[in-house]
Amino acid sequence: MLTVKELIQTESTTPELFNAGNSACAGCASILALRWALKALGPKTVVVAPASCANVYIGIWPKASSAVPYINMAFAAGASAASGIVAGYEALGKKDINVLTWAGDGGTVDIGIQALSGAIERGTNFIYTCYDNEGYMNTGTQRSSSTLKYTKTTTTPLGKGMHKKDIAQIIAAHDIPYVATCVATDPQEVYNIYSEAKKIHGPKFIHILSPCAPGWRFPASRTTVMGDLAIKTGIFLLWKQIDGELTVNKRTAKYLDKKKRTPVIEYIKEQGRFGTLNESQVNDLQAWVDKRCDKLARFL
Amino acid sequence: MKKTRSKSSGPKITVYTSWKELPCVPVSAPSKGSIGETGDWRTFKPEIDGEQCNKCGICYIYCPDGVIIFKEGSVPSIDYTYCKGCGICSVKCPKKAITMIRERQ
Amino acid sequence: MAKIKKTLKDKEQTIIMSGNYASAWGAKCSRVQVVSAYPITPQTTVVEKLSEFVDKKELDANYVRVESEHSVMASLVGGSMTGARTFTATSGQGLLYMTEMLHWVSSSRLPVVTTIASRGIAPPWNIWAEYTDILSVRDCGWIIQFASTHQEIFDSVLMSYKIAEDEGVMLPYFIVYGGFTQSHTSKPVRIPSQSDIDGFLPPPPKKGWAHLNLDPERPVTHGNLLMPTQEYLDFRFLIHDSMMKSKKVIKRTISEFKKTFGRNYSGLVEKYKCKDAEAVIISYGAIAEQSKLAVDELRAKGKKVGLFKLRYIRPFPTKELLDLFDSGVKVIGIADRGTAFGNPTGGPVSTEVMSLLHQSKRKIKVLPIIWGLGGRDVTVDEQVNIFNQLIRIKNKNEYPAEKSMQHGSLWLGLKTGA
Repeated sequence: MLTVKELIQTESTTPELFNAGNSACAGCASILALRWALKALGPKTVVVAPASCANVYIGIWPKASSAVPYINMAFAAGASAASGIVAGYEALGKKDINVLTWAGDGGTVDIGIQALSGAIERGTNFIYTCYDNEGYMNTGTQRSSSTLKYTKTTTTPLGKGMHKKDIAQIIAAHDIPYVATCVATDPQEVYNIYSEAKKIHGPKFIHILSPCAPGWRFPASRTTVMGDLAIKTGIFLLWKQIDGELTVNKRTAKYLDKKKRTPVIEYIKEQGRFGTLNESQVNDLQAWVDKRCDKLARFL
Repeated sequence: MKKTRSKSSGPKITVYTSWKELPCVPVSAPSKGSIGETGDWRTFKPEIDGEQCNKCGICYIYCPDGVIIFKEGSVPSIDYTYCKGCGICSVKCPKKAITMIRERQ
Repeated sequence: MAKIKKTLKDKEQTIIMSGNYASAWGAKCSRVQVVSAYPITPQTTVVEKLSEFVDKKELDANYVRVESEHSVMASLVGGSMTGARTFTATSGQGLLYMTEMLHWVSSSRLPVVTTIASRGIAPPWNIWAEYTDILSVRDCGWIIQFASTHQEIFDSVLMSYKIAEDEGVMLPYFIVYGGFTQSHTSKPVRIPSQSDIDGFLPPPPKKGWAHLNLDPERPVTHGNLLMPTQEYLDFRFLIHDSMMKSKKVIKRTISEFKKTFGRNYSGLVEKYKCKDAEAVIISYGAIAEQSKLAVDELRAKGKKVGLFKLRYIRPFPTKELLDLFDSGVKVIGIADRGTAFGNPTGGPVSTEVMSLLHQSKRKIKVLPIIWGLGGRDVTVDEQVNIFNQLIRIKNKNEYPAEKSMQHGSLWLGLKTGA
């Protein structure tokens, strides 16, 4: 695990593997995460990007921002295409090439879940990342099953009626070697997780909360603030499951204590996507957070 | 003051005169500026105060586009051709050495 | 390249096998490197046999047991992009499910080969021979060849890789045969020696396909946006252009195959006694192959009939059909074992054949026919009747009785009451 200082020492002189001048929104957390994930994985990496923002933020033909091979892929096929790439490399005897599926929440939790479940069930040696901006942001903010309850999206103008689907737990139940959650706005953690995952053989799943300024409606400069608040309120829980052993991240562990935890209203009021919530709605969200925090606290 | 758009805001694209010149499939080459000079997007421009800067490199880490160039021991420099002006560097700087200045043009 | 297991004798052998096994043997002898498998009747025994070959180390391939047909084709996209030789088999609903990815394969110009044991479309369930499944995806940019015999199924797999992987072609390839009628019946199939096959079909290039390869040493991005003002139309044209130009490669490959193995296939079409024929049935598949018996029966009685069998429907054998039209034929019956609802004839291929008629100076009468849907048998006698019907059209302009003729086509066997 590298400290921030070691990170700078190691990486400030290496070329960027995700180039500037890309078409991501200003302040996009997803490309911040991708930038550091690729630094950790290195140039011997192939990225499979099913339909999501990651298909449009790489720019227009004949140029593309990625300095590693990058395949745009059909929406439902993120994990299955990667599975085929891994199979092809194995058949051809090509070793040590990281295969990374870089999918959004829609392409993971909704349309991509079948292929993902299948690919990890058969032990495919690849890293699957769900960068979760909690909605179909590429197409203009529609709800996905990873959207928080009460969020106003274009398909839930009065607020989403269901709570967020916990994809990381679903994947953890597949008993794969490595499952980790983190926020995109913590590049050191992203880097360390990918460095760790890189060394493991088998299916790896990384769930990255990716605060989205236009989609969640907050100023782009406050992207990292949102990531921090997500941790402090416990609305996004950081943990790892390595070979079946679940460990809670130190930062989240601190906030599992309700007394130290920031109330969710502090998170909600920063973001325009909730509109104006009434007291019972805020309490409902708080109760959902509390329940999940208590459940995770059993693993401390 | 007259507002002028900066030139070359789109990527330079090869102009094909015949389908016979085309490659078999459209593959793209890795490049900066795949959508153009995104510095044009800016409303606010980050400026680093060299005196306040403690050369910690945090801004280099948190820039989503990687336009902050950092050499250990030096004040970082910003590639303004591509900086989108998101302001994350300014928020993250522990010394408050980065100020977002409104662009004139 | 993997060494052949020592217990296998490297010489030609004749094995009695089902059409499905012929497909699996074709893949094995083509030394495919990635196989993606999902079961569906009546194709299932193809992937079962392949898994047996892989487990017994008779085939050195990576066998991926995916969880759906969409993932079958998606994983072959991935596998093919690394430069591996890829294979799968499917039928009916499975083919329809992977339709999105079929386009992905052809638009990426990847030489994937897939065999189809055709079956009827649901609902209601029908697992028997009918070609609507493949015909409904005929425009997605894959080469489509029908194999009428078991030997042809095996031979076609070998030829398909040579055609698909040709640098001037680089298009995926379907080999189609009838569910149960061919997939589950058994015939002797001659399997040449592996070294002869290796001589005919070299392995894929080590550096991967020239136009697209996932190589971290030469990184590319594939598939990102093209604006309307850019060359999207031109890239789409390239696919059509390569498909049209593949006709030459197909013919050349068939002649190379004949030189190597002695078996001759007649190109994009097979003409059976068409030279002086006045009434010809144009059709495809084993059901068409069977009508050679009807031709023989009628020829013995002095009737001038012939069978014009389409081996390929993509690329469409335009020149061959135009030559037929100009040969003096007076009446053609175009028989489809599949449907195209709402199109001019109700049959996919009959409409396409008829679209060429305007280019001929001759006046030719046409009877579009729909037959054999959902695995319903068409007997030789029924095919003899069709020829007789065509002759009645030629001589007396007498079309079939109104009840069987619906919207201008003969729906053979349509139940029309007493």
